[in-house]
Amino acid sequence: MPVDVYLNVAVGGILTGLVYGLMALGLSVIFGVVRVVNFAHGEMMTIAMYIAVTLFSAFRLDPLVMLVPIAAVLFAFGYVLQAGLINRFITRPEHSQFLLLVAIAIIITNALLILFGPDSQNVQAAYAYDSFQVGPLIVDATKLYAGLTAVVVTTGLFAFFRFTRLGTAIRACADNYTGAMVVGLDVRRLYALTFGIGAACVGAAGCMLLLIFDVTPAVGPAYTLLAFVIVITGGLGSMPGALIGGVLIGLTEALAGLVFTPSAKSMFAFAILVLVLLFRPQGIMGKRAA
Amino acid sequence: MITRWTAGATPRGLVLLAILLIAALIAPFFASDYLLTVLILILYFAYTGQAWNIMMGFAGQLSLGHALYVGLGAYAAAALYVHFGIGPWLGLLAAVPIAAATGAFIGYLAFRFRVGGVYFAILTIAFAEFARVGFDHLAWTRGSSGLFLPVAQYSHNDLWQLRGHPVMFYYILLAATVLAFIGCRALLHSRIGYFWLAIREDEEAARAVGIDTFRYKMIAVVISSGMTAFAGVIYAFYYNNLFPEQVFNISRSIDIILGPLVGGIGTLFGPIVGTFILEGLSEGLRTLLEILGVDVPGIKQVFFGVVLLLVVVALPEGVWPWLARRFGLTERKQ
Amino acid sequence: MSALLSVSGVTKRFRGLVAVDALSLAVPKGEIFAVIGPNGAGKTTLFNMIAGVFSPDGGTIAFAGERIDGLSSDQVCRRGIGRTFQIVRPFPALSVEDNVIIGALLHRRQVHDARERALEILRRLDLHDKRAQRASSLTLPDRKRLEVARALATDPNLLLLDEVMAGLRPTETDRMVGILKQLNQETGLTILLIEHVMRAVMALANRIVVMHHGAAIAEGTPGEVVRNRAVIDSYLGAEAVA
Repeated sequence: MPVDVYLNVAVGGILTGLVYGLMALGLSVIFGVVRVVNFAHGEMMTIAMYIAVTLFSAFRLDPLVMLVPIAAVLFAFGYVLQAGLINRFITRPEHSQFLLLVAIAIIITNALLILFGPDSQNVQAAYAYDSFQVGPLIVDATKLYAGLTAVVVTTGLFAFFRFTRLGTAIRACADNYTGAMVVGLDVRRLYALTFGIGAACVGAAGCMLLLIFDVTPAVGPAYTLLAFVIVITGGLGSMPGALIGGVLIGLTEALAGLVFTPSAKSMFAFAILVLVLLFRPQGIMGKRAA
Repeated sequence: MITRWTAGATPRGLVLLAILLIAALIAPFFASDYLLTVLILILYFAYTGQAWNIMMGFAGQLSLGHALYVGLGAYAAAALYVHFGIGPWLGLLAAVPIAAATGAFIGYLAFRFRVGGVYFAILTIAFAEFARVGFDHLAWTRGSSGLFLPVAQYSHNDLWQLRGHPVMFYYILLAATVLAFIGCRALLHSRIGYFWLAIREDEEAARAVGIDTFRYKMIAVVISSGMTAFAGVIYAFYYNNLFPEQVFNISRSIDIILGPLVGGIGTLFGPIVGTFILEGLSEGLRTLLEILGVDVPGIKQVFFGVVLLLVVVALPEGVWPWLARRFGLTERKQ
Repeated sequence: MSALLSVSGVTKRFRGLVAVDALSLAVPKGEIFAVIGPNGAGKTTLFNMIAGVFSPDGGTIAFAGERIDGLSSDQVCRRGIGRTFQIVRPFPALSVEDNVIIGALLHRRQVHDARERALEILRRLDLHDKRAQRASSLTLPDRKRLEVARALATDPNLLLLDEVMAGLRPTETDRMVGILKQLNQETGLTILLIEHVMRAVMALANRIVVMHHGAAIAEGTPGEVVRNRAVIDSYLGAEAVA
């Protein structure tokens, strides 16, 4: 196959990977701060995707345009979930928390199945068939817009955590729970806020992914797993790691789909996961536990 | 001798157990065909739940990919039957070692490299998914189009080939569940059982008292996966068709853990009680919906999710310990 | 007389911080040996190296003539070293009896043999009455005795006790001291203990080594150590010895 085919697929993979990165970033933030493994991550994204699909088929509203409202809805959902339910589980054993979120994931997936049925749905944006030509490269408009939006949102998020007071407070909680309480931070509220932010990330990512892929209720668990692979590969708790992991996975998936059969591409993500867990469990950017 | 076997149970509990056993033995004579299939499902999940329980409840390792062993066992026996005419009981001789070896492999990777807790759970999910996608492309087992076992109308039950009326499967699964229960009880009260409990409670402290935790975790994994393969063989010969999408699906893995979770992880009766409750309630729900004229796919799963949620929040130890205390079925520990 | 436990020039670094600095000590069989010093002196790190939790960066550790540095903690226990933890770690959901049975099962195949041994030890440690209670429901002094019981059940030749008196009231401290002394005298059990409670150290120890900043700054009998200038300045304080 000629080189430009590989190149095109690779670029497409990188752009998709940026969106994956944003999705995984939500998971990483939640884990890094609240220390809860959000097994319902992909399912929350599926909610966002279905909201976007409904808005599109009813009002022809582009998902990227609806990104902010949808992210806001997911933020609220995440906030309430954490404040109302998950907060009680902070002190419970790890597998209890995990199973709580498994239960939530099951409920979400099947509720969506009941509401929307098993058939796949998608969004045909106005620019669905457009593409840009840069030299030998042909880039899909959908992937380009999605990727760029992901970069914008991610940068915004980094800025929030680095430069705002609230962001700093949240990072303080992550570093030292008791210490944060001692200096008067309302840790439970900050946890809820963080979960909300993580949910908002995933809501935004969902809008972007909808431009590239179809949605069925079953994609929830698949995306949860993908988010975990990315976060573990990049380093649990590391924000840049989530992005690097996302791009890496997006790239490998795309190329694997090209070289082997498309349906086998997820096998590579798992192979990478197994290798990372064995040889560098802290991930690319993670710090090794002392 | 008898007292050793019945130690820990109150007279009331023993009587109840005896009644239930008798009921289980005569049930097929009174049950409708449909009810029989429900009972078979209950026994299937009680058995696999017990097998899973060994890894989680006893040795403390959370596996969310147990469908892998069901699938491997099912496909191994089915493929041997379809290609070489080898019967299921002989097929077991291949199915169990294959599943046990896979379990050992996963266990070795995980324990050698100190992968535990949530990471271990994700690793198990990854392997099951790997198998799901992998078997979709495996020509020898007909890939995603599915592997079908030849079914003909039989006038009698062929125990050797596992061809015949569901009643045959019912009694096989009943025997398996009872044997699994007895086996687990024996294990739990043995040296290995104590070491498993120690590992589950506090692995580092267990090492500090000289327990080779790697070895005993491996034993738990191998027994658990091997036992589950048997269920896989039964699955293959009962349903007579296998699709990777269904057999290795993560929702199957979750179905397996629901029984023990609801009933009580780490207890002997937990998987059985939990499965009974779940299937019983689910059947109740189904009948209710039928009466109301509602037919929606996915309601049963939502219901399971809600039950799981309630149990995790309100009864983290599971229903069985609460039942046992409430009705005085076992001797109390202070 | 060759020592039962021989620590030679052992060093441990944690990313630039030298926790233990070329430390040597020798514990003769049948003795009670105490390690004291201010917090952060490296005492628990030393223990953890002997117990196999991590391996030293330099130096060797020998037990009963064989090297044990680098062995895992379960291997070390099987060689005959039992230990307790600074923050007690009994098996919480299991009964007191079961906790000790697990220890006893190390060298016994049959559960009923282990149970017999466990009950024997529980009687010695004054826990026999509470044998059916859940470990998590015990008071701190009882949990500390439980950990000692569990470690004893593994039939150790050397017992490592990490601040086993911490948090105990004086009467409870005396009780524990009595039990340990009795064990040492009746069975010849060698004991190496980290301790801050000087009352216990003076009552128990045949020999003391004082650690500061990872190194041994004094070693000798209790009488000698307590009058050592460097020890008074760095740890005991003048009032303690007045």
